[in-house]
Amino acid sequence: MSELRADRPAERLYNGLIKENPTFVLMLGMCPTLAVTTSAVNGLGMGLTTTVVLMMSNLLISMLRKVIPNRVRIPAFIVIIATFVTVVQLLLEAYLPVLNRSLGMYIPLIVVNCIILGRAESYAYSHGMIASFFDGLGMGLGFSVALTCIGVVRELLGAGKLFGYAVLPATFTPISIFGLAPGAFFVLAGLTALQNALRDRKATDKNKAARPAAGCVRDCAACGIEGCQAHGKFYDMEDK
Amino acid sequence: MDNVKGLFVILIGSSLVNNVVLSQFLGLCPFLGVSKKIKTAAGMGTAVIFVITLASGVAGVIYEFVLKRFGLEYLQTIVFILVIAALVQFVEMFLRKCMHSLYEALGVYLPLITTNCAVLGVALTNVQKQYGVLTGMLNGFATAVGFTISIVILAGLREKMEYNDIPKSFRGMPSVLLAAGLMAIAFCGFSGLL
Repeated sequence: MSELRADRPAERLYNGLIKENPTFVLMLGMCPTLAVTTSAVNGLGMGLTTTVVLMMSNLLISMLRKVIPNRVRIPAFIVIIATFVTVVQLLLEAYLPVLNRSLGMYIPLIVVNCIILGRAESYAYSHGMIASFFDGLGMGLGFSVALTCIGVVRELLGAGKLFGYAVLPATFTPISIFGLAPGAFFVLAGLTALQNALRDRKATDKNKAARPAAGCVRDCAACGIEGCQAHGKFYDMEDK
Repeated sequence: MDNVKGLFVILIGSSLVNNVVLSQFLGLCPFLGVSKKIKTAAGMGTAVIFVITLASGVAGVIYEFVLKRFGLEYLQTIVFILVIAALVQFVEMFLRKCMHSLYEALGVYLPLITTNCAVLGVALTNVQKQYGVLTGMLNGFATAVGFTISIVILAGLREKMEYNDIPKSFRGMPSVLLAAGLMAIAFCGFSGLL
């Protein structure tokens, strides 16, 4: 994705969603990831709530970055983040009481979500307003996608449902442990292992591409084999 | 007598039945991050017990005598997080000046605790369940003991797992998460206690 220019909105969105996905790549903000993903709707709700807080706090911190003295920046960030969390919590209480009840204590705990403080410190404090806003949006969406993925797996295995609708046939016996606490650990372990396996496969594919053709004598200067992918790799016999 | 029974229920309930890490998922970052060796895990656990007990006391006093009196309950999140951050700073300064040996033992872990969501989580739970200051402190202490128990057990498991032959893609974090999941199943067994 080299055609995307750095710090442009599109590049920030791509960065947050895929390249530096906060959950699967950076492994940040694990507490809400495991606690509220009992269903896909809860995961999505938590993700979007965090996205709103992240966008607003990034925007405000970026606006105030020349006013906040360097030495008290962390307390200042925390106050800004906590203010937005309180605002969002009051709004949820008023307009989405069902979601508010199912997320419960984990809404005020967004304050200590390391993703938000991490983005404030590593991006918003040193970049412009628009870039910071889209950085928050990208990171937040990446977090939402990850939470929804975990929620989908847990809801499907634990209750046989998807977003509240029964999708599996009635003969399927729900494995209720996936809806309980241990299931959260197992699903995340499985997804991380899957990601590791995919990354390893990618890495070995690259190695394969550079493997010399059959009949290689490990001396490219004296070799006449057509189409050898490792051409130019071996120049003396010691290089084994 | 009833009172004592109630306190005992809080003590067992917060440390074992509703274990803070394994059933409420608070404080996962240090749980996964600082659990490579039993020694460091125990150090972190001690620091957490110390800070959570103090913080839930201070947060309780402020909620009871300042926020409630002036009708400012909606500011609790902002006030609690600031109180915790300031408290951790003060504790660090105090220990460095007055109890140097304890500072050397806990020093590295103290700054990490500000971002430990278990501290804020306990303060909020105390408000939610309408515990008084002293009951809240007891709840904080019990929660922190539960955290220490689980982080030390996980560290013990991880020390043993070092020598095992684990499939390549499960090395590192996935195997730790699996171990934590098995521990969580074991801790489900406590739910019949109360």
